[in-house]
Amino acid sequence: MIRVERRLTQPKWLMFAVPIGSVVVAFGVMTLVLLVTHHSPGHTFLRLFETAFVGRQSLNATFVSATPLLFTGLCAAIAFRMQIFNIGGEGQLYMGAILGAAAGIAVGNHSGWVSIPAMIAAGAVGGAAFALIPAILRAFLSTNEIITSLMLNYVGALVINYLIFDSQSYWRDTSSPTAKVFPQGKSLPAAASWPVAHVGALVLPFGLIAGAVIAVVIWVLYTRTRFGFEVQVIGDSPRAASYAGMRTRRKILAVMALSGAVAGIGGASQDGDFRHTLDPRGLTSAGYGYAGIVIAALARYNPFAVCLVAFLLGGVQNAGYALQGADFPSGLVGVMQGLILFCALGGELLIRYRVRFARGTRTSEAVA
Amino acid sequence: MVAAVELRAITKRFPGVVANDRVDFEAAEGEVHALLGENGAGKSTLSNILTGLYRPDDGEILIRGAPVSFHAPRDALDAGICMVHQHFRLVPPFTVAENVILGDHRGEGKKLMVHPRRIERQVAELGERYRIAVDPRARIWQLSLGEQQRVEILKALYREARILILDEPTAVLTPQEASSLFETLRVMADEGRTIIFISHKLHEVKAVSDRVTVLRAGKNVDTVSTKDATLRSLAALMVGREVAMANRVERETGTGEPVLEVRDLWGAGDRGGDALRGVSLTVHCGEIVAIAGVAGNGQRELAETVTGMRSASRGDVAVDGRRLRSGDAREAIRAGVAHVPEDRLHTGVAPSLSIAANIVLKSYRGSENANGPLLKLRAIREHAARLIHRYDVRGGSPELPARQLSGGNLQKVVLAREFHGAPRVLVVASPTRGLDVAAIETVHRYLREAAASGVGVLLISEDLDEILALADRIAVIYEGVIVGERDAGEATVEEIGLLMAGGQSE
Repeated sequence: MIRVERRLTQPKWLMFAVPIGSVVVAFGVMTLVLLVTHHSPGHTFLRLFETAFVGRQSLNATFVSATPLLFTGLCAAIAFRMQIFNIGGEGQLYMGAILGAAAGIAVGNHSGWVSIPAMIAAGAVGGAAFALIPAILRAFLSTNEIITSLMLNYVGALVINYLIFDSQSYWRDTSSPTAKVFPQGKSLPAAASWPVAHVGALVLPFGLIAGAVIAVVIWVLYTRTRFGFEVQVIGDSPRAASYAGMRTRRKILAVMALSGAVAGIGGASQDGDFRHTLDPRGLTSAGYGYAGIVIAALARYNPFAVCLVAFLLGGVQNAGYALQGADFPSGLVGVMQGLILFCALGGELLIRYRVRFARGTRTSEAVA
Repeated sequence: MVAAVELRAITKRFPGVVANDRVDFEAAEGEVHALLGENGAGKSTLSNILTGLYRPDDGEILIRGAPVSFHAPRDALDAGICMVHQHFRLVPPFTVAENVILGDHRGEGKKLMVHPRRIERQVAELGERYRIAVDPRARIWQLSLGEQQRVEILKALYREARILILDEPTAVLTPQEASSLFETLRVMADEGRTIIFISHKLHEVKAVSDRVTVLRAGKNVDTVSTKDATLRSLAALMVGREVAMANRVERETGTGEPVLEVRDLWGAGDRGGDALRGVSLTVHCGEIVAIAGVAGNGQRELAETVTGMRSASRGDVAVDGRRLRSGDAREAIRAGVAHVPEDRLHTGVAPSLSIAANIVLKSYRGSENANGPLLKLRAIREHAARLIHRYDVRGGSPELPARQLSGGNLQKVVLAREFHGAPRVLVVASPTRGLDVAAIETVHRYLREAAASGVGVLLISEDLDEILALADRIAVIYEGVIVGERDAGEATVEEIGLLMAGGQSE
């Protein structure tokens, strides 16, 4: 008989052994898939690794892929820490992108010193406002935030598509003749382009640096402040929190707003760093918000680990684009990415639970 | 005549507790046999053994004279033993008929196709015969708790149970529903079934049973015939005579100013209805006032309302003459109300957080632990280390997650935190439940010290020994009302026991 039991203690060595083991298993299964489809595993893995992490160009492309993942990963980690499951990073990112683009257009082409802070602030407000909808429902009506925030992702996608494709909105480019036939967003003014930092041969997007700073801020907030202390207590035992006189509702609102704001800045970074226009098609097809949930889970909600995991997954994603071609279908790339995620998340279970292959005796009796 | 069911020298140990210590029990066919005892006396463990949920460490179970060994609840069901649990095992969106066949692995419930009409007819017939009619097509969530209990009994009847165990069946019933339940039980017994009736309410036991087996602290004290027993003699058996004043430590009770005043407090319970129905009491400085009562008579609601974790629907709580805002735990803490909650692992501490975090659970906002929004982590750790040392928390270090402590040491962490806040009032609920003797003494010593230093202590406990050992004044709560108040010196165990069980003292 196979029994799955909850571990009472989680040995330190497992924390390292399980993630490494998971990746090994993922590559093992992938080897089989590649052999069956007549590809050389060694060659493929080597190319994967090279296009993700070796060389100036690969790393720069990986930074670009990792930037939005960093924001959505932090967004999920912030909320999950308090056991508030904000699945709405996707929609909050759209809202940030919408308001961020509006701010960039509205400020006009004066100076980056005005445009960039305005875009960041607008993006944060957009994401936070959108996150507050499930937060208020949760805090005052005990509505399940997983469902409400998930559903709002679809609302967000419809809104952003509507603004460009189905209306003559502020964001839509209606000036040029081609834009009338093929709807597209207005180009942001040059001042609304976010700068990059050159470190040696590496090019770091401004958004990536901002995300890293936010990660540090979140870490300090959650480990060094009264606010973070309350979040930890509420996350661990809501009853203990109410016993200690903590205001749980306010904390739900604050944490969700913070979480949404970070995703919203991620949306603004898409406008400012990379796309320079409100790009519904690109944003809604990327699935940054959902990837962020996976990243937060793999990082065990630790903001620094989120940075690392976002970088690694960014690399895999970037390598995926590079790998696919005539002899390597994009579906296979998807299978590979999926396998890595699946094994990594599956491995998580082994940290918290243990599998025993023994004839079961009752072990979970309690004094009744 | 062979007994329908017999337990011989059943022993069941749990870590740190002997829940059943060589218990003998025997019930005949056609008998309503009451199992009487306080909370923690071992009644539930015994019934769980009888229904195959636990396996005894030692001892024998005989059904109609034949030894049996239950490996799972299903074995007990096959032997004709059914149990009506205190918390019903029903599926709310399903109909009555569906619930009745659910899990009946011998008959209809096992088939791929069910015939709802036929089952509904059978259920309706059973309901009529035993005067517990419930609409078989109604869904469980539409039913009152009393009707849900009928469904549980119908389930047992449908399975042709020969032995029916009811665990505190009247806890959820109105007096009218209870007396109609008693009639049904009588009908079932007259058919030759065996009814085992678990309760700690004396007058019910007296009203319904033929014989009573009394358990106390895991041992069976006696089995008596109901008609020879009086409420008073049963109460004495249940709480034990010898407890009396043995553990009492006399101390100065320089009763001072009233520090906690509760006036006409009403409040809703978790199961709907009013759990508190006009409680009034006063605790003075340096005094220990105990609330005695059987579990579920409003004690938890009282503790939580006084400490602000729960809102009152009427009435108020005042500390040092100042009224507290109802349902505001932070204000209660600020006013000096310390609270040692009943559920120490999930309410008293945040179990996965460190001991240090739990020690400052209420004081993290104060200037000694925080500098504006920033926590003073080192000061907190040092403070925790000092308290761990002073309160002798064995195996504790500031970084250790609280849940890794044993019950007694965990309680020391809670006490350390609560005492350190220099409280005016201390609300303590079941502070020694599940603790070993040494830990109990430590906790009692701390409570006495607190009172000696002028704190008003409100002790809520189901353990009469504890109450008699500590209290200056004893108030008995029954169904949300204080039904009697005695000075500890003039109270007798029998009288308190009688009040606890809803009897009137004369």
